[in-house]
Amino acid sequence: MAAAAGPQSEITAEELAALQVEASRVRTYGQMVLQRFLRHRMALVAALVLILIALSAAFAPQLAPYKPAVPDLNAMLAPPSAQHIMGTDPIGLDLFTQVLYGGRISLSIGLFAAILSVVVGGLVGSVSGYFGGWIDIILMRITDVALSVPYLFLVLLLALIIGATPVSVVLIISSFSWMYPARIVRSQFLSLKHRDFVEAARAMGMGTGRIMFRQIFPNALAPLIVNCTLLVGQAIVIESVMDFLGAGLTPPNMSWGWLLNQGQTYIANAPWLTIFPGIAIFIVVLCVNVVGDGLRDALDPTSRL
Amino acid sequence: MGVFVVRRVAQAIPVLFGISLFLFILMHAMPGGPLALFRDVPGMTPQELKAIAASYGVNQPIWQQYFGWLGNAVRGNFGDSYIYQEPALRMLVQRLPATAELMGASFLLAFVVAFVLGILSAVRQYSFMDYFVTVVSYFGMSLPTFFLGIVAIIFFSVELKWFPSGGMAAVTGPSGLGDHLWHLVLPAFVLGFFILAQWSRYIRSSMLEVINADYIRTARAKGVAEWTVIWRHALRNALLPVVTVIVLDTAFLAGGALVTETIFSWPGMGRLFYQAVSQGDYPTMMVTVTFLSVVIVVANIFADVLYGLLDPRVTFN
Repeated sequence: MAAAAGPQSEITAEELAALQVEASRVRTYGQMVLQRFLRHRMALVAALVLILIALSAAFAPQLAPYKPAVPDLNAMLAPPSAQHIMGTDPIGLDLFTQVLYGGRISLSIGLFAAILSVVVGGLVGSVSGYFGGWIDIILMRITDVALSVPYLFLVLLLALIIGATPVSVVLIISSFSWMYPARIVRSQFLSLKHRDFVEAARAMGMGTGRIMFRQIFPNALAPLIVNCTLLVGQAIVIESVMDFLGAGLTPPNMSWGWLLNQGQTYIANAPWLTIFPGIAIFIVVLCVNVVGDGLRDALDPTSRL
Repeated sequence: MGVFVVRRVAQAIPVLFGISLFLFILMHAMPGGPLALFRDVPGMTPQELKAIAASYGVNQPIWQQYFGWLGNAVRGNFGDSYIYQEPALRMLVQRLPATAELMGASFLLAFVVAFVLGILSAVRQYSFMDYFVTVVSYFGMSLPTFFLGIVAIIFFSVELKWFPSGGMAAVTGPSGLGDHLWHLVLPAFVLGFFILAQWSRYIRSSMLEVINADYIRTARAKGVAEWTVIWRHALRNALLPVVTVIVLDTAFLAGGALVTETIFSWPGMGRLFYQAVSQGDYPTMMVTVTFLSVVIVVANIFADVLYGLLDPRVTFN
């Protein structure tokens, strides 16, 4: 073996054999992506933080030091202390508890808005890209209309018209975020639908639906996933802006954005009311963006990782 | 190329129709209808309400209202604001310079800083500068606009008393250019920060793509000085998509200034819209959204044409 490797080689026979085994080991795309992602330190840390925060939101009832709607009348508008690690609000509710419970709303809104946008956008993009022709033209015109309206303005208007509940907020946010996934998916379909593997699938008698979603769509998955993670962050921020401008959620749905809005009245003498929810939003959105970037690097085989 | 422009404009027309239709339906779906404001006035009798409805033309069938509205809109008549009793379009146009000024200042600031940061971080990838720029741009993308604005006001206006906390000019006393600029600093920085966070990423990733390309390696292999490689070869190609993005952003950020204008009491379009929403001022809301949508559509056309002009690989067919 050593002789076969060449006169200058310093590899021993055992090492060469090990290398050959390693090279021949089949890795799925998913495994490769996971390995690459795990090498991205920042994204890994961000992902862990996100998991921690998600868990804390899920287990809010267990983690919260106080009951959510029970004020502590001895400590109204109190700064952070040992009893109330984030301080209290004007009626004595512990801020840490509110942030924990608020996280449930903010995070779920972000998640569901992103998922809905991606599902709707993915459908529109697939149909539009695959069938082409009039369907494509009409769908793309609709997408253009949706893209041409000023996002924040429309969101406020819709919140005024429909009223703001967690469900309606998810719908409102998604109704102007689906265009981006749609475009991504559509461009993938446009470039792939003429490829040989699609024709082969058709020749084999595969139905249209199967071709679209089992053959072509998985190729669009990579940029779509990245886009989805970014949408989560965007949705959380939009929701908090809505609350800030008074067109968002109201009690009992006290999301982080709502907490921020309420806190700004007291910002001069009780800054902790704005600082902690603000930091919470910031950290979540930051981690989501870092994870999204890490995913994008991991999913792209040509980038350096 | 002229044919392309014409075709592009023709494509935009159904989009504009679609937008106007959509907005119109939206307005009429509001709780209480377009006359919600008047319905709540104490002592309003049904007869008076009917008279007001007739004067605003609201009692006609809805499709007739739409075409009536459209006909008026094309001629610039968006009706009078319910609150101020002034032509809505005129009110919007009055606020336009203020918004344009804020956006112009923010853009200038953002572009200069993003340009420098983006290039530096791309050229020295994985260096401290690169991580710094990445952190800054993550900050910008992750902070809610109003949070930074409020914190900035607290810190710079209330605590340090360096800058005024709002308004466009001093209310009392003389207000010359200097005072005006002084009021502009804080809002422009806040808005500019978010813009530059985005743009530095675009510039950086665009530069990275270009810098790793083969023709750059060729230039370096030929012995071309690094500075020339970056400036003459890499930058031109990298800035191409960025230019398009900037043009598109112009349109979108007109709306994004809404939050900044509200926080800093800057008398622009965004603030006008916010006030209109809270007061149920239907004509003003319509005109603002319509105007911004038209701006976005025009900016899209402009960006397409611009890209075609700048990129020699693009042919119009």
